Amino acid sequence: MSNRHVLLIEDEPNIIEAIRFLLTREGWKVEAHSNGADAVEVVRHLRPDLVILDMMLPGKSGMDILRELRAIADLANLPVLMLTARGQMRDRDMAEKAGVSRFMTKPFSNAEVVTAVRDLVAQASRP
Amino acid sequence: MATLNVLFAVCLGYVALLFAVAFAADRVAMRGRSTWLRSPLIYTLSLSIYCTAWTFYGAVGYAVRSGLEFVTIYLGPTLVMVGWWWGLRKLVRIGRSQRVTSIADLISSRYGKSNTLAICVTLLAVIGVTPYIALQLQSITLSFSIFAEADTDSAFNPDASVVWVATGLAIFAILFGTRNLDANERHHGVVTAIALEAVVKLVALLAVGVFVVWGLSGGVAGVMERIDASDIGLWQVDRSRWAAITFLAAAAFVCLPRMFQVMVVENDDERHLRTAAWAFPLYLLLMSLFVVPIAAVGLEMMPTGSNPDLFVLTVPLASGRDGLAMLSFIGGFSSATSMVIVAAMALSTMVSNHVVMPIWLSYRGSGAAQSGDVRKVILLARRVSIGAVMALGCVYYQLSGGGSALASIGLIAFVGIAQILPALVGGLFWRGATRMGALAGLSLGFAVWVWAMLLPGLGGGILSAPVMAHGPFGILWLRPQALFGIAGLDPIVHAVVWSFLLNTIAFVAVSLLTFPNPVERLQGAQFVNVFEHSAGPRGWTGSVAQTEDLMVMTQRILGAEDARALFRREAELQGGRGLLPDPTPEFLERLERQLAGSVGAATAHAMVGQIVGGSSVSVQDLLAVADESAQMLEYSSRLEAQSAELSRTARKLQEANEKLTQISAQKDSFLSQVSHELRTPMTSIRAFSEILRDADTLNPEEKRRYANIIHDEALRLTRLLNDLLDLSVLESGQVSLNMRHGTLGDLLDHAVSAALAGYERPLRVVRNRADETLHLYSDLDRLSQVFINLIANAQKYCDATAPELTISVHLSGGVLVVDFIDNGSGIPVRAQELVFEKFARVSVEKAGGAGLGLAICREIMMRLGGDVTYLQGAGGGAFRVTLPVAREMAAQ
Repeated sequence: MSNRHVLLIEDEPNIIEAIRFLLTREGWKVEAHSNGADAVEVVRHLRPDLVILDMMLPGKSGMDILRELRAIADLANLPVLMLTARGQMRDRDMAEKAGVSRFMTKPFSNAEVVTAVRDLVAQASRP
Repeated sequence: MATLNVLFAVCLGYVALLFAVAFAADRVAMRGRSTWLRSPLIYTLSLSIYCTAWTFYGAVGYAVRSGLEFVTIYLGPTLVMVGWWWGLRKLVRIGRSQRVTSIADLISSRYGKSNTLAICVTLLAVIGVTPYIALQLQSITLSFSIFAEADTDSAFNPDASVVWVATGLAIFAILFGTRNLDANERHHGVVTAIALEAVVKLVALLAVGVFVVWGLSGGVAGVMERIDASDIGLWQVDRSRWAAITFLAAAAFVCLPRMFQVMVVENDDERHLRTAAWAFPLYLLLMSLFVVPIAAVGLEMMPTGSNPDLFVLTVPLASGRDGLAMLSFIGGFSSATSMVIVAAMALSTMVSNHVVMPIWLSYRGSGAAQSGDVRKVILLARRVSIGAVMALGCVYYQLSGGGSALASIGLIAFVGIAQILPALVGGLFWRGATRMGALAGLSLGFAVWVWAMLLPGLGGGILSAPVMAHGPFGILWLRPQALFGIAGLDPIVHAVVWSFLLNTIAFVAVSLLTFPNPVERLQGAQFVNVFEHSAGPRGWTGSVAQTEDLMVMTQRILGAEDARALFRREAELQGGRGLLPDPTPEFLERLERQLAGSVGAATAHAMVGQIVGGSSVSVQDLLAVADESAQMLEYSSRLEAQSAELSRTARKLQEANEKLTQISAQKDSFLSQVSHELRTPMTSIRAFSEILRDADTLNPEEKRRYANIIHDEALRLTRLLNDLLDLSVLESGQVSLNMRHGTLGDLLDHAVSAALAGYERPLRVVRNRADETLHLYSDLDRLSQVFINLIANAQKYCDATAPELTISVHLSGGVLVVDFIDNGSGIPVRAQELVFEKFARVSVEKAGGAGLGLAICREIMMRLGGDVTYLQGAGGGAFRVTLPVAREMAAQ
């Protein structure tokens, strides 16, 4: 399967390890990147099937990265699952306006993340 | 022999002529072609009402009794005219500028528009003038009776004739004296008729004189012989009497209501006084020229016991010159009628303006402008007053029995009226004169006059002989003709001296002792300085009068036509487009004066006051106004202060609001940060605990590893919570310091070892222990916490390949300074203050801390009285801790 490639943009090592474990177990190929500043370039280069994006990143915020991704023509429909630890409603609104595919608050349930990734990629691969 | 009927016919004819002249003059005046009516000659002649029947007939009698003393009666006015011309000019100027209607009005106006004073003067005038009118009526009946004696056919009734004469004069006065209301329009008819009568009486007296000198005595030489031969004591001059009577005549000339009427009220142009100043004395000279010859010839010709007061009439009659006698009669008649008419007019003006109108106004209350036709009321009041004055004269005549010498009544009246003089002259020249002073002077003078002169002079036993001889209740010093025990004076001199002395003393003393109210002071200044500002402001100040109401009121007083014209004129003056002027103080001023011309100053003031609000401007009113404005001032300054306070408060509130907004944003940000810092470890904990729970396929190595992550993150959470609690306690100020003694070196030893424990990464710490011997008394645990934090930060964040931290210590002015400087790249300038904020993290790399360490350090150092700051330009990351130390400790 070509379309089981997930890019995880997250700066917290333990969370990277947990998500990597969960998705790898389900058959996803997971790559992690922990700096916000060059995240967009990494996405363009790797062309993952889905991006898991943390809100608070060193270098550039997850919100800004999302906006930049959506501004790129062939990345407009890329599924983006956003994770945040700030837990503010305002952030959810802003993310939805910016074109997020799914918005989840930390701490999350493992099953929820796995299901969300599967659903989002399935939706995106439909014609 | 002239029959009485012919005399009546001539008399009626003469009266008809007077009516015609007066009527014609009024017509001419109304058409505005009245230049000759306003000539100084007419004015001078009108002044001749000074010469009444008393002068016409009585002067001869006076000469028979007292020789040349009669001259004093002419001397007084002459002196006034020649020597006090400027004083009269001032009086006339004031009278015109203030629209004075009578002497009572003048006095009232001068002393703060006091109606009390006006009433006093009016009373005095009525009491003083009534006998005088009676005297004129008596002279007319006496002269009638002379003819009646000659005419045996008729049954002449003197009492009836008095009534008829009085009625006729009243009708004349009413017809020509109350045609219009504004005294400013003046009574041209009356004045012209008086001028005619002045000519008639002068011609008559001169004719009799010429007849006596050249017809009976054969020339001047002959008459001089007769005079020498007569009993007339020509040169028996009693100096005190001369002085007293000259003064009296002068005073009366100024103060008599009728003189005031013609001299001031009827004056058209004050320049007329220039002519009158020489022409009137000349007139008086002519009037007195033949008095002594007639007296001497009369004494010689007439049988003993005949009335010398009537020689002017009886000498021609006895000589069979009926025509001349008739002329003489007309002359006397003229003298009497002119005086009675003007006196009645003047008195009626005073009575109606100062007695009737105030009573009516107070009776009608505030509805003066709204109800009734004031114009009609005033005119009616004047007419009734004229009738009343005439009636009073008749009654007095009847009571006095028509006897006694004419001259004595005249003098008594003079003394009474002259009591006004001190208040009048004082009012013109002395600003310090007050209403109370005027009242006191007038009352005292009046009382002395009544007691020392009027009552004894009336005769008929009003004062009993014992009272006259021993004083009332035996009080000697109150004897009417020997007041204060000074006996032996001539009664007239006695009365004049005492009444004037006490009057003037009371006037001056009370004036000095009392304080003039504001209107008085204003009016005083207006009067005394009339030549400087004839039209200066006075009275009304800023008001909200309804112009319409004023208009309605003015219409009722001046008539619709004149009122409209006046208001239109005023509106034009103000430059307004409408017909109604704004009620400016100037307009109210002029309006009041205009009304004063009709109803008197006090009444006009009261009427305008009723509409403008505040019926009179009393001290209390002005004080109230002053109080109010003071309050307003205070209030406005208070408001100003309040508004300044308000804007200060508003600024403070705005600042507070900004601060709150900032704090709120900080709080949001803090909560958001706290949330993030709590949720992040919890995310790991939850994720791995779920993995451990759900996954069966984990090998033991994985299990141990994930359990360790959960454990570390749990520790991280605990640390974070500890830091948060620590910070919250420090920030709330509830921290209690645990002060202990120790040395700086020991403290640093402990801090370094605690900070570096558990880290594998090497950090070389450079210290100079010689500097660290300082003894401290502080919360050593807290201070140590700060040092540990700073050393641990260097350990975590120093990016040099061989990290090195230099800790240097020095004292600066009682302040301990400890610098922690590493050899890394340091903190960018923009972030140097930021590092002390909560959750601030500068570096990209995570270092395990939640970002509260430096915030806690700063809070601790603040509590200890010092500070921790970032040290710029020290090379690497550099923090400086400062802590004040006591001097004795610093010395160690």
